[in-house]
Amino acid sequence: MSHEQEQRNISHKKAQKAQKEAHADQGLSTTISDEELAEAMRQEREELEKTWARPGGVWGWFTDTDHKAIAKRYIVTAFVFFLLGGIEAALMRIQLAFPENHFLNPDRYNQIFTTHGTTMMFLFAVPIMTAFGIYFVPLMIGARDVAFPRLNVYGYFVYLIGGLLLYTAFFMNTGPDAGWFAYVPLSGPAYSPGKRVDIWAQMITFTEISALVGAVIVIGTAFKMRAPGMSLNRIPLFVWAQVVTAFMIIFAMPAVMLASSFLASDRLIDTHFFNPAEGGDAILYQHLFWFFGHPEVYIIFIPALGFISPIIVTFARRKIFGYVALVLSLISTGFIGFGLWVHHMFATPIPQMGQSFFTAASMMIAIPSGVQIFCWIATLWGSRLNIKTPLLFVLGFFAIFVLGGLTGLMLASVPLDLQIHDTFFVVAHLHYVLIGGSVFPLFGAFYYWFPKWTGRMLSERAGHLNFWLMFIGFNLVFFPMHQLGLNGMPRRVYTYLPETGWGTLNLIASIGAFVLASGVLVFIVNAVWALRAGIVAGDNPWGADSLEWSIPSPPPNYNFHNIPVVQGRYPIWQATADAPIVRGLNTKKRETLVTSVMDAQPELRFDIPGPSIWPLMVALATAVTFIVGIFTPWAFLFGAILAGITLTCWFFADPNYENKQARETGQKSEHVAPRAELQPKEV
Amino acid sequence: MSDIRPGVGGLPMPVQNPADQHAFDANEGKRLYSQYNCSGCHFNGGGGIGPPLMDAKWIYGDRPENIYSTIVEGRPNGMPSFRQKIPDNQVQQLVAYVRAMSGQLRKDVAPTRNDTMNARRSEQRTERKTPLQTTEPPQ
Amino acid sequence: MMGRISTTARLIATLVLALCFAACGGIQNAINPAGPNAENISRLWWLMFYVCSIVFVLVMIALLLALRKRTVEAADRVPVLEPPEESERRRRNVVISLTTITVIVLFVFLIASYSSGRSLRLNDPTKNGLSIDLTGHQWWWEVRYNDVDASNIFTTANEIHIPVGVPVMFSLRGADVIHSFWVPNLAGKKDLIPGKINTIWLQADKPGVYRGQCAEYCGLQHAKMALWVVAEPQEQFNAWRQNQTQQAVSATSDAQKRGQQVFFSTTCVMCHAINGTPAGSNVGPNLTHVGSRHMIGAATLVNTREHLAQWIKDPQTFKPGNRMPQNNLSDADLQALVEYLQSLQ
Repeated sequence: MSHEQEQRNISHKKAQKAQKEAHADQGLSTTISDEELAEAMRQEREELEKTWARPGGVWGWFTDTDHKAIAKRYIVTAFVFFLLGGIEAALMRIQLAFPENHFLNPDRYNQIFTTHGTTMMFLFAVPIMTAFGIYFVPLMIGARDVAFPRLNVYGYFVYLIGGLLLYTAFFMNTGPDAGWFAYVPLSGPAYSPGKRVDIWAQMITFTEISALVGAVIVIGTAFKMRAPGMSLNRIPLFVWAQVVTAFMIIFAMPAVMLASSFLASDRLIDTHFFNPAEGGDAILYQHLFWFFGHPEVYIIFIPALGFISPIIVTFARRKIFGYVALVLSLISTGFIGFGLWVHHMFATPIPQMGQSFFTAASMMIAIPSGVQIFCWIATLWGSRLNIKTPLLFVLGFFAIFVLGGLTGLMLASVPLDLQIHDTFFVVAHLHYVLIGGSVFPLFGAFYYWFPKWTGRMLSERAGHLNFWLMFIGFNLVFFPMHQLGLNGMPRRVYTYLPETGWGTLNLIASIGAFVLASGVLVFIVNAVWALRAGIVAGDNPWGADSLEWSIPSPPPNYNFHNIPVVQGRYPIWQATADAPIVRGLNTKKRETLVTSVMDAQPELRFDIPGPSIWPLMVALATAVTFIVGIFTPWAFLFGAILAGITLTCWFFADPNYENKQARETGQKSEHVAPRAELQPKEV
Repeated sequence: MSDIRPGVGGLPMPVQNPADQHAFDANEGKRLYSQYNCSGCHFNGGGGIGPPLMDAKWIYGDRPENIYSTIVEGRPNGMPSFRQKIPDNQVQQLVAYVRAMSGQLRKDVAPTRNDTMNARRSEQRTERKTPLQTTEPPQ
Repeated sequence: MMGRISTTARLIATLVLALCFAACGGIQNAINPAGPNAENISRLWWLMFYVCSIVFVLVMIALLLALRKRTVEAADRVPVLEPPEESERRRRNVVISLTTITVIVLFVFLIASYSSGRSLRLNDPTKNGLSIDLTGHQWWWEVRYNDVDASNIFTTANEIHIPVGVPVMFSLRGADVIHSFWVPNLAGKKDLIPGKINTIWLQADKPGVYRGQCAEYCGLQHAKMALWVVAEPQEQFNAWRQNQTQQAVSATSDAQKRGQQVFFSTTCVMCHAINGTPAGSNVGPNLTHVGSRHMIGAATLVNTREHLAQWIKDPQTFKPGNRMPQNNLSDADLQALVEYLQSLQ
């Protein structure tokens, strides 16, 4: 029989055994028949469907708290920003393809490269990684929802508003033009007139609030809502990566909030934080920004490491080699990542003794990364590998990220950095580590988890084409940039003179950009096609080991009908026929199990709030505060009052545990998996 | 408000100063104000050798065309003529800045603090002063 | 399929590498050093490049070897949860050894980096050296040669002459926003930060012209804020320096006199200084010896009569957004002005 049928039989038998044992304890000795049991289970599922039904209609879109729905929204929104950022990059490459090109004037080019960097770093990379966490952490740990569903909704709307703010400004020629990092004094009041940089600074606030919200949710969920038996040393590496990232977010984001708030305050109310003439310091901004900025790239990178481990385990068909080493590497990368920030400032007058510390730390961080690479290769070694698209992207990660990491070592050294800092060498390095280290694993994750989201597989042939176009295109764009940097081409230039000789390499890079873009296009076509006509995936098309593959694809709103008791690091692979399950959770209101931090001993049943309009209201209050705050400081006072009112309503409103309104309409109460008989051919 | 102007008529009279609408131009005006040494006589707007520019009193009028005339033609008692020395678009930027000093510009257009020692509130945080016509010559 | 892909990948890699190295060499090139600082850094670069390349190739070989057993079997092969003890132990030993080797390689890099950094510090720069104050403006370089004797101090712009074989100490200041002084053939870069003074020394060991460029984003024309460093033998340098301390050459011919008149009666005098004349504004570059400079517009255009005329008439076509306005001069006036400026050798 098929894998799925096997799984269902196991659950059935488990439930039967549980019943029998429960009755035996009470001194009863009746047994019930299989049909009665099946009917009881079906009724429970129906009840659960109603309780966890998602509200429908427009109002439903604004009030829905289902973590999977919110995560999918994050992913789609972030992907749209990825495409916008990619278009900006394509425009930049067109401008730079020839010396003295007149495709873009300098002002437009400056807005475009600033928006490209800002979009990719703040509006795409961090939110999409957070989104994967929000979707999969509950599923991988056996929870029915995240710890704070309404906060999750708030986080999404704040992020959406921040992104819309930036792009509205960009399309109205008021986009920020001081770089994604916006160094003072260029971004200060004297040299960036108007509201361009103010809009940037406030957008930062929105995205940072959203990231902090995501981090709090991941930590709360991962530590307190695990299935019984999933002690800390049995947590999937994906969840470990998300937890480490969440802690990094909490410590790093406040620094950029400070930097952008000081900048906004200098620009709006004449403070002198960064005014050297009145006792301020331009380098203070750099310290504050990079104290965030360096951990930021690890915040983008570490979740991708969490994608790689499950994919490798699944395709190598063996347990991961060096679980403890991998966890410790993740934690130490996160930790050391906070000690590197001055390597962005080696050209400033900071004393060389101090700078040397950061050289050492920047080199040291290669050690945990190296350990991870070795452990993964050790896992792959000797296994018979079926090279499907997710694994292909992971292999691409190895090739690209290792090269990027090695150029990072070069940048870590102060003397060498003084030559290649702020040149296209750095552009090459950062794209190798970010695209190779995060975007390739991200695409692998798309191919890997698309069946779980939608119930259908993406096309393998298109996937291979996607990969090769992206891999070749990527290397065509960014490899020549190493040479360009050594040849003296600085960053952030809208053009260059013909006599510099940089034309050929720039042209190659620009051609490569279109190859890369075509790869992304193939992905979009693949995804759109697969939604309608992809092969129907069952619960576990890859034969993977973690808990999200033990439930139907796409998952029901309540995730798990019976929360399993976990017996090892690889729950599905290690499941036995008589493994216990959790029984007794309420089906008439939204309830999940809260367990202890270390050993996941059950502690209490936790009521989960249902759909609510108040997160949106608080998000709007936040938006009013910060958007009007671009123009007048009074906005903070009125906004605070507004936020206070809406927060009070949030806290005192009915938490809607029984999901009253949606129960009546019940529009989105069922996820319908595509019928197994409809099996389109692999194209 | 005032149509005092020296010489015979025929000066270009833009009624609207486009630079009044753009933060970039007002900021350029601020930069030019110190670079062309207007501050040499008018200081940071408080006046000294020349009359103050940040107060409500205007001798020759506060409209953009009046200030334009002042800069281009010069005025009695010491204001030099900058015709041909300062190009037209820069004069318009200076006009915008002069008006900003007494708070005549929109708050999102007026310049904010500069990166030097600040002698007074930035133009953005200056209250709008109602212009008054005065016939007193400068001291 | 894997074999075919490897070949393709190898071909592509070779093509890319070949094209890249074709562009090697030349001015404004960090790995074409012409002075001790750049030489030092270039050595460090090559050490790291070769070691990193070897590491990369080895990791890729390990990865490809790990892929050698391929299959097309379906997903429900029984997973290995208890791999043989022996092979796990072997793997652990390999990983531990590789990690140890990584640590050792990193230490080698660290020590190489530190010793390179130490050599970049100059022990006694002022002994027979030269001291220059460099101030970065949006979007040009103000160069001031210092001297104990005040009459030898002079200011020029965008072109720095230095004697060969002599260490030159630069004192770096930013006038408005952060800029960065970078002459790749001679040294690494240092930022010019308003409110702070940064220092760098460099030395040219071969005569020649080295192009440098601003390397910190500083606004609209960051792309065209470049400068030339001309290294010449000591005698030539002394002669150049002597000339620079002189006041401007007086206008002799009729055209030059007319040009001087144009200079004083139009916008030029508001921003540019010519020593020895009433023009004393330091808003823009000092033009006392502009005729002797190789380039104009911060190394944007070659300094010929035609370029100078076009530049004066409309600098915005060459450097849109820069601070110099358009000048609507009649042809005759323009030619006279150019004549005058070119006479300021």
